[in-house]
Amino acid sequence: MTTVYVPGDAAAVSVGADEVAAAFEAAGVSTVRNGSRGMLWLEPLVEVATSAGRVGFGNVAAGDVIELADLVSRQPQGDLLNHPKGIGLVAEHPWLVRQQRVSFARVGLVDPTSVSDYEAHGGWAGLRRALGMSPRAVVEEVTESGLRGRGGAGFPAGIKWKTVLETEADQKFVACNFDEGDSGTFADRMIVEGDPFTLVEGMTIAAHAVGASEGYVYVRSEYPHAVAALRRAIDTAFTHGFLGRDILGSGLTFDLHVRVGAGAYICGEESSMLDSLEGRRGEVRAKPPIPAVSGLFGRPTAVNNVLTLCAVPMILSDGGAAYAALGTGRSRGTQVFQLAGNIRHGGIVELPFGVTLGELVEDYGGGTLSGRPIRAVQVGGPLAAYLPPDQFGLPMDYEAFAEAGAMVGHGGIVVFDDTVDMARMARFAMEFCAAESCGKCTPCRIGSARGVETIDRIIAGHDVAANLVLLDDLCETLTKGSLCAMGGLTPMPVQSALRHWPEDFDRQPEGVES
Amino acid sequence: MASTSATDRQALVHAIATQHAADRGALMPVLHDVMDEFGHIAREDVVSIAAVLNLSVADVHGVVSFYKDFRTTPPPTHTVGLCRAEACQSVGAEALYADTRARASELGGDVEVHEVFCLGNCALGPSGTIDGRLHGRLSPERIEALTAGWGS
Repeated sequence: MTTVYVPGDAAAVSVGADEVAAAFEAAGVSTVRNGSRGMLWLEPLVEVATSAGRVGFGNVAAGDVIELADLVSRQPQGDLLNHPKGIGLVAEHPWLVRQQRVSFARVGLVDPTSVSDYEAHGGWAGLRRALGMSPRAVVEEVTESGLRGRGGAGFPAGIKWKTVLETEADQKFVACNFDEGDSGTFADRMIVEGDPFTLVEGMTIAAHAVGASEGYVYVRSEYPHAVAALRRAIDTAFTHGFLGRDILGSGLTFDLHVRVGAGAYICGEESSMLDSLEGRRGEVRAKPPIPAVSGLFGRPTAVNNVLTLCAVPMILSDGGAAYAALGTGRSRGTQVFQLAGNIRHGGIVELPFGVTLGELVEDYGGGTLSGRPIRAVQVGGPLAAYLPPDQFGLPMDYEAFAEAGAMVGHGGIVVFDDTVDMARMARFAMEFCAAESCGKCTPCRIGSARGVETIDRIIAGHDVAANLVLLDDLCETLTKGSLCAMGGLTPMPVQSALRHWPEDFDRQPEGVES
Repeated sequence: MASTSATDRQALVHAIATQHAADRGALMPVLHDVMDEFGHIAREDVVSIAAVLNLSVADVHGVVSFYKDFRTTPPPTHTVGLCRAEACQSVGAEALYADTRARASELGGDVEVHEVFCLGNCALGPSGTIDGRLHGRLSPERIEALTAGWGS
């Protein structure tokens, strides 16, 4: 019986994958709902297992299924490869071959519901090795890997874990920040939907390393597919002894819970997330104390992003040195870049740090979807800088980006063509901050509203020079006076737009000739 | 759902809250379950939940009002949530949002079109949800096809 893979990934489902899978089932062909390979412009990307390997068919619609199902049953090698929607052997696709998939190695390949498939593809090796090591040795391994927080801030994971390990407490927690709210990011979602056991394994290793007995994954409510995949994986892991009491006979007890957010962007900020997990309004906490010392319910808590935790199993199975061998400067390992927005070939590109922005956007991304020239890209989320194409030589490296007044963040890249109005995007940054501010600190709560009004006056051409000075002043207040990155970084897109595209802010009142 | 009497509803909310009462930080899971059951969280539900979880009514109200997902009035028959975040804006989300709102107001009836900021489908925008289902590569024509029959 030939296996046909139809992604159950939310992106694939958003363009008809469920209908395609149902059509295969109706034609008597059973399907595996795998994760997405990350070539999102080809979704739904159906794969057919053959003796030569898995053959792919891009942009399959339910109407194509009868013909494909016939090919599947007869398996004529030539017809499979020469089908008009065929993309050949998926594993040899040039877009995938040039990548170095470490965290995403299994995504798209395995059946996300199968714990044995996970194990057959290298799963649980990291946990098995970690459980034979002392917590301190595990923390050292992670420190040696050079792994930095993938949620955006880039804080060294080993140092965070060391703090939690060394803080005495009756109870410690591991909390996974899966509130992936930034536009242009979807890697957390895709890895959890396509390979959820990796997160379970990473969190269990973290629990052993820091001495936690309970863990929480905070998932945003916009991700129902991921919530379902994760809950199923956690139940399966409990059944098979990878969670719960005396994990794999090691004596480690670790319970893992899923909690769902409720549509508040600010809960991606770690202290707001902790408040939300505690059942409160997601308001930012003042630091110190840091969560590693006093986090969830006032206990030491290792708060890590999904991709940070998903890098951990490989680091433990292959060793910290193997991970550190990838990358550049102080940016070690791979980063899962996400190509988004107005882009021809959008999706997941996992590569060691050091690849240039231009290679990602032009070579992998293939330029804009609209076919028009690129005018701007926003790297690292809505609180990060806009960059013009003359910056495409920048290597993707935390420090190189910081020097250029930008940030790598979580590696999400949103592309805009030459129709974009950068004054409008600057206004949107302020509008978004005003809509999503938790309201605890004044610069963010009030400053963002004043920012929208000030940019509105600039766009209307009212007293532009004076309003630009005011806007600059306001940005400085937000940057220096806000409690967290929401208010603190909202000026970044605004000021980068001003710096690189001043012409978009040089407005005249309507009816006045320039 | 609509036929649930006030006493039944109170008993059910009480049962939901009791079921979670021993969990850490139980309030969010309780509110989600009440939303799933009734489609909104009524004032009386807030009072019942506060009593079971030993919280003040003000605390529970504060949480309900903080999060966009928690409605305090019954939901409309149909909802469209369109993403207005940057990636979707780069492929025309603002015009699509304006167009869809205009169309919905023509339809009248019980249709709500609201903005969302990111559905994690940023390479296949404009994205949105129609009655809770995620759709990518939306256009006015696709939305029209997907909402055919609404308001009639």
